[in-house]
Amino acid sequence: MDLIFQGIKKAFYLLVTFDPEVMGITLLSLRVSGTATLISLLLGISTGTLIALTQFPGKRFVVSLVNTGMGLPPVVVGLLVTIFLWRNGPLGFLGILYTPMAMILAQAVIATPIIMGITVAAIQQLPNKLRLQILALGATRVQMVWILIKEARLPLLAGVMAGFGGVVSEVGASIMVGGNIKGYTRVLTTATVMETSRGNFDVAIALGVILLMLAYTVNLILTTIQQKEKNR
Amino acid sequence: MNPTLPILEANHLRVEREGTLLLDIPSLKIEKGETLALIGPNGAGKTTLLQTFSLLITPFQGALFFNGKRVGTELSVLEYRRKLAMVFQEPLLFQTDVFNNVASGLKIRGIKKNEIHERVMEQLERFGISHLRNRSARTLSGGEAQRTNLARAFAIQPEFLFLDEPFASLDPPTRDSLLVDLESVLSHTKTTTLFATHERLEAVRLSDRVAVMNRGRIEQMGPPEEVMNDPATEFVASFLGIETMLKGKVVRKEGGTFVASISGKEIEAIGEVDCGEAVVLCIRPEDVTLSSSPLKEKTSARNVFTGRILRIVPLGPYQKVHLDCGFPLVAYITHPSQKTLSLTEGIEVKASFKATAVRVIKKG
Repeated sequence: MDLIFQGIKKAFYLLVTFDPEVMGITLLSLRVSGTATLISLLLGISTGTLIALTQFPGKRFVVSLVNTGMGLPPVVVGLLVTIFLWRNGPLGFLGILYTPMAMILAQAVIATPIIMGITVAAIQQLPNKLRLQILALGATRVQMVWILIKEARLPLLAGVMAGFGGVVSEVGASIMVGGNIKGYTRVLTTATVMETSRGNFDVAIALGVILLMLAYTVNLILTTIQQKEKNR
Repeated sequence: MNPTLPILEANHLRVEREGTLLLDIPSLKIEKGETLALIGPNGAGKTTLLQTFSLLITPFQGALFFNGKRVGTELSVLEYRRKLAMVFQEPLLFQTDVFNNVASGLKIRGIKKNEIHERVMEQLERFGISHLRNRSARTLSGGEAQRTNLARAFAIQPEFLFLDEPFASLDPPTRDSLLVDLESVLSHTKTTTLFATHERLEAVRLSDRVAVMNRGRIEQMGPPEEVMNDPATEFVASFLGIETMLKGKVVRKEGGTFVASISGKEIEAIGEVDCGEAVVLCIRPEDVTLSSSPLKEKTSARNVFTGRILRIVPLGPYQKVHLDCGFPLVAYITHPSQKTLSLTEGIEVKASFKATAVRVIKKG
């Protein structure tokens, strides 16, 4: 109990003193996971909408695949991305292994199926006739898709939260492709793992608390938007 | 523009799905400003027809013409769709407030903001929902939502309007008040309308022509009175029920009752009408009493006519008697009564019905 209390005290201290190392780690976490979530949003919502709105042979197979992807183990993603980015791997020429770029890539691979899966479900739950009504209102195909996405905005916001929550708390892939390099690729999760293994529980707890607060703040903002929309 | 050209024309329209024929319309012409009601049971093809005409169902065989221009070649699908408005049974409103719902078709067309405001307010006023303009569409009652839906359709000032059972899921009082409003809007805007319904009285009230559909085909099409009184096929007769519908003009009013002239004969009925107004009178066969002439007992029925029996058709426990009283009239009679009255085809009888038994449909 004392250990936890000490940790929380330390976390508070690190926060109010704006400890430069902790700040750097926190900001990197936010930057990497935020960028990965944005990329996943673009890919996930566009592809998810396309899957939901088109009929093609093997659609059920593809949707199952996406849904499986929602639970993709980060270590497996880390392994695959590492293999791809390895010096003599297919994407080795990029030379981005052990950089924040690689972490963004890995996290985007994790978050994209989550957002895609939720998008497919969100678009499919809209009434079928809504598409017809939008077209009958004179919409072009692009306008129709845009209106449908706007209609599904509440579940899509949930998708954003799930995607961001999934990657900001993920450690396996980040440590494999980022390498936990101090001041360069060290993020909250990888730092927590390291401090724990060193026995620095107070710092580890501090980092954990910051991670929780970060996740909470982002979700609070998104939830506020969602609830406001819902009560409109 | 050639005035004789129908606003909409379909040629050899066919829709098939997985080997099943959903729609087969060899030819259909819709004149500018008319209201055509599509009636028929569920699965008759009413919705398929409307969705094919609005190009929401593809592919289909055949051709559609708007003012003589072939849709898809001389007129793009998008241009064509922007001339029409569609109202479904479900309101299908967007998750925003009433104002923005009504504005949605105008926004899609990229119309300027102040013009949108003007046109939306006009429609909100017209459908009596101005006070709801900032309300979320989610919080509306069924009637309010369908009013918003209609306002959204009329806001784009469509060249023609498709209504797919727009009132089917509303309770009767709401339905009636909406029907009255729609009727007045239609008579004001003269918007060409295709209206699918399974309520035959709704169809008679709103339409200039009725098309009875069955299994993807139009079995009969014509003015409502003609279709009702002279069903072309057995299906039409059985679907419509057998009811006498007579078109006439109000000639006199006496207190709460009025007298309408129907092909030279005078029928008394009850209702709030004006002299000279066109009306359709509906008389249910079970409300018509037959007796052999001359009339023996006194009756409260004010409408007594002499008619010749044209046909007697057995109909379960009843006999259906078609009469010619100067106007067509249908009556039911039981087998024993037929025997006592010794009714046979060709003879003359007295037919009577009460003024209260006449249903009045105003045709403004």
